[in-house]
Amino acid sequence: MSRDSLQIDDNGQLRHFLSISGLNRQLLNDILDTAESFTGVTEQTVKKVPLLRGKTIVNLFFEASTRTRTTFELAAKRLSADVLNINITQSSASKGETLLDTLRNLEAMHVDMFVVRHADSGAAHFIASNVAPHVSVINAGDGRHSHPTQAMLDMFTIRRVKGPDFGRLRVAIVGDIMHSRVARSQIHALNLLNTGEVRIVAPKTLIPAHAESLGTHVFHDLQEGIRDVDVIIMLRLQRERMQGALLPSEHEYFELYGLTEDKLAYSSPDVTVMHPGPINRGVEMDSEVADGPRSVILEQVTHGIAVRMAVMSMAMSPREAPVEQPHAS
Amino acid sequence: MTKLEDTTTIIDDMATRLGKHISRPEYTNPAIVGIHTGGVWVAERLHRQLGISEPLGSLDISFYRDDFTRIGMNPVVKPSELPFSIDDRHIILVDDVLYTGRTIRAALNELFDYGRPASIMLATLIDRGGRELPIQANVVGRHVELEADEQIKLSGPDPLTLEIQKTA
Repeated sequence: MSRDSLQIDDNGQLRHFLSISGLNRQLLNDILDTAESFTGVTEQTVKKVPLLRGKTIVNLFFEASTRTRTTFELAAKRLSADVLNINITQSSASKGETLLDTLRNLEAMHVDMFVVRHADSGAAHFIASNVAPHVSVINAGDGRHSHPTQAMLDMFTIRRVKGPDFGRLRVAIVGDIMHSRVARSQIHALNLLNTGEVRIVAPKTLIPAHAESLGTHVFHDLQEGIRDVDVIIMLRLQRERMQGALLPSEHEYFELYGLTEDKLAYSSPDVTVMHPGPINRGVEMDSEVADGPRSVILEQVTHGIAVRMAVMSMAMSPREAPVEQPHAS
Repeated sequence: MTKLEDTTTIIDDMATRLGKHISRPEYTNPAIVGIHTGGVWVAERLHRQLGISEPLGSLDISFYRDDFTRIGMNPVVKPSELPFSIDDRHIILVDDVLYTGRTIRAALNELFDYGRPASIMLATLIDRGGRELPIQANVVGRHVELEADEQIKLSGPDPLTLEIQKTA
């Protein structure tokens, strides 16, 4: 079974959410529209809708994460699902249980969805290929491969700030492209949404070999790379993923690639600055920029909940061919 | 396809009868809430005719439906907007067609997730019978008898027209 047919069922509906590649523009827009409708839930006194009542969602995290796990957990709870957080790094893996055994045991507890984060690329696909037919899998980040919900919350944030026409936008992704699953998913999503120009800006050592083939323009100079752009997405310097001397020092990185108010003057006057978090202040950007008026970093976090609610509820929609019927009044 | 009488006449009738309900002295600062999509169109007109000072509210009950596990997500969900506090508020809930009562059940649940209203009154343009839940409207524009294979549809927002159609 190909990856595409793993994610999308015969009716074109989302079944699992594993990567942006393999999806189409219509589906991305559906996710963004559905997320838009969920933003109102936080205005309710009771910040919950009963959509996934009685469903059980397991956050299966083989890799530490606070923000992503928390927003997935909140998203599930705002949909009224029951949520179980399992941190495998300190659980059965250390007792020698295989991944498949862990899955089978959780399935025996009548789980409906797995949200998976794993250090190995392809882990979520592997799990999705092995779950029972009624179970959905959401990829919450796998190795260097993809982090599709982060990309979608970034697209949602861009759409809210800049409007729905991505065609008129120049977007620069700056930083450690090489090790970044976020960048990979963002580039796919920006391309699918017909973004005017997608640039990647990084030192040669942090750009993957096939970068140009992704449909991006590659820059090694920050000022050139962000000239006249409408959106700058800064990536975190993945210190824990960095093996070998790819960079001379963090200090030198900041000198060359760190975003400061001075350098921001090269971009469009109404430029929007984004960062998936957590920020290394003084490495990727100055605090003045991170906390400044152009930054939407905290909005990204808020939007993460609505986008994850959208993906979860769409993937949990019933599997059978939906019969078009007007809702009885 | 049968065209029904002018909706303006029906809504005028509804406004007159609602006016009597809400002129009671204890009925202070009421708010009108329409259910997407047809209910909002009717609510807009009632809101104007009754001269309600609170802004119009709207509900999309998609997330509160009881058939998600059967038919899944509604592709076009609009955010609900209640631009006033629900707590201790007298609410006039408005829909276009009252049928099984399930939409109203969902709307009541959603309203209570925004607060504890003083009261909720239901006004519908059409009551076509066929209730599956113990729900009745306080004000009904017209009662219409329909066959099981017929449905009544409101088109709008301008003009608002009612049509009876055979379901496929």
